[in-house]
Amino acid sequence: MTEIPEHLRKRAEEARKKAEAAAGGGDAAADAPAASSDAPAGDSEAASKIPAHLLERSKAAKAAKSSTEVATAGTATAVAAAPAVAAAPVATGPGGHTQRLLTVVKSGSIQDVKSVPQDKVHVWPHLLVAEFVAAGVITAFTLIFSIFVNAPLLELANFNETPNPSKAPWYFLGLQELLTMFHPMVAGVTIPGMGLILLVLAPYIDKNPSNKPEDRKFAISLMTIHLMCWAVLVIIGSFFRGPGFNFVFPWEAGLFFEL
Amino acid sequence: MTATKEPLGQKVQKQVSDLVDKTQGSQAWNSIFRPGSIFRKGYTDSPRNRSYVIMNSVLYHLHPVKVKRHAVKVSYTLCLGGLSFFLFILLTVTGIFLMFFYTPSAAAAWEDIYSLQTAVTFGLLVRNMHRWAAHLMVLSVFLHMARVFYHGAYKAPREFNWVIGVMLLQFTLLLSFTGYLLPWDQLALWAVTVGTNMMGYTPVFGEQVRFVLLGGVEIGTTTLLRWYVLHVLMLPFVTVIFMAIHFWRVRKDGGISGPL
Repeated sequence: MTEIPEHLRKRAEEARKKAEAAAGGGDAAADAPAASSDAPAGDSEAASKIPAHLLERSKAAKAAKSSTEVATAGTATAVAAAPAVAAAPVATGPGGHTQRLLTVVKSGSIQDVKSVPQDKVHVWPHLLVAEFVAAGVITAFTLIFSIFVNAPLLELANFNETPNPSKAPWYFLGLQELLTMFHPMVAGVTIPGMGLILLVLAPYIDKNPSNKPEDRKFAISLMTIHLMCWAVLVIIGSFFRGPGFNFVFPWEAGLFFEL
Repeated sequence: MTATKEPLGQKVQKQVSDLVDKTQGSQAWNSIFRPGSIFRKGYTDSPRNRSYVIMNSVLYHLHPVKVKRHAVKVSYTLCLGGLSFFLFILLTVTGIFLMFFYTPSAAAAWEDIYSLQTAVTFGLLVRNMHRWAAHLMVLSVFLHMARVFYHGAYKAPREFNWVIGVMLLQFTLLLSFTGYLLPWDQLALWAVTVGTNMMGYTPVFGEQVRFVLLGGVEIGTTTLLRWYVLHVLMLPFVTVIFMAIHFWRVRKDGGISGPL
């Protein structure tokens, strides 16, 4: 049995006496523990919101317990009285508990949880390995491609001999293609200028906060249409334009394209 | 015979391992390789060393020590941004090699490229690599932009980094275009003629824009020098600054976007 400090034992004794007085007092010594445990239950019965059937059940259980104790006390008084007296100071609460729950503090009230923990991995090796492999693959590809395909070097630049057709680098062939449809200022400045400005402003125009494809069908369709248009223009300018920048089929007239 | 050889083999093995231990334990060695280097004595794969590998390397510390798990998925980024950066490095290395053999003047440029291809060891190969890597870089930067758009990665808080990215796309195109003129062959001359004629249609000050770009009214030696300096110095310089901001902002804005 654990040691109980003197002041706690006194306090428990006083509480027990008070409870006995409230219950009517004058009971036999053997009945004391049953009465002391009964009284607080009777108090809380009125105050708490414990369902009636549960209260009935606990009362029945306590009654059964005290009746067996009385029976044992009748057969061997000395033996039964000893543990009852020893148990008396311990019975501070309804269940005979010696500790009390003071309060429950939820974690959020003392620890400020700012962000949910994220599933993270070490950059080495998880990211660096992927980067090394990608760099190696692209180097190998460039090297092998360069061994087999030579960069073009045509004749020395000659101002008096204009090649037919004259083409810009491939990434500008979309613009050159636009030149066949619009005034040079529109094709060469206005359209690409507007395109660039819209591209820069895209994050400020698009107010939709979601990045899920199903939420941004309009933005994705718009971008796809523009990219497709651009790709088609570049492909036509690259492969379908022959002498005089006239429309030709590459499988009939041949390729007029240098990288 | 084998009886005399085996102790000798063990002896050599022991001497080699002693030498390795001595070298790795030396002050010089430990001053070169910082903690976390795999060349350090007793390197083990521990969370602490994994962090040190990144923190203690000037090359790798562009990365954070840890990243979101989804960020290392190749299927999300397709490596396009990283490949663009790597191609830029590859182009710098091959470009420096080419600079040793090139004179930016109308009289010498074509001859220099021709003799580079025919008389310089690996000259043709390195020129090929420079050219193909340049085209690849335009492509990868363009695809990187499309990937970022489709993932909605330009949205808050990454709006400004998208703007930086669009600038980088333009610098990439300009780098490629200025390099296009340098071989001074028919392809270079007339492609650039077509391109700069278009810029001449800029409203109000089109003529001036064209004049500044060409260093005259017609393409000539001054144009070549101008575009050479732009190509090898000014545009790479500006691009590196913008790349630094771009990469720094990726980290400051909380790593790459997603998951979707």
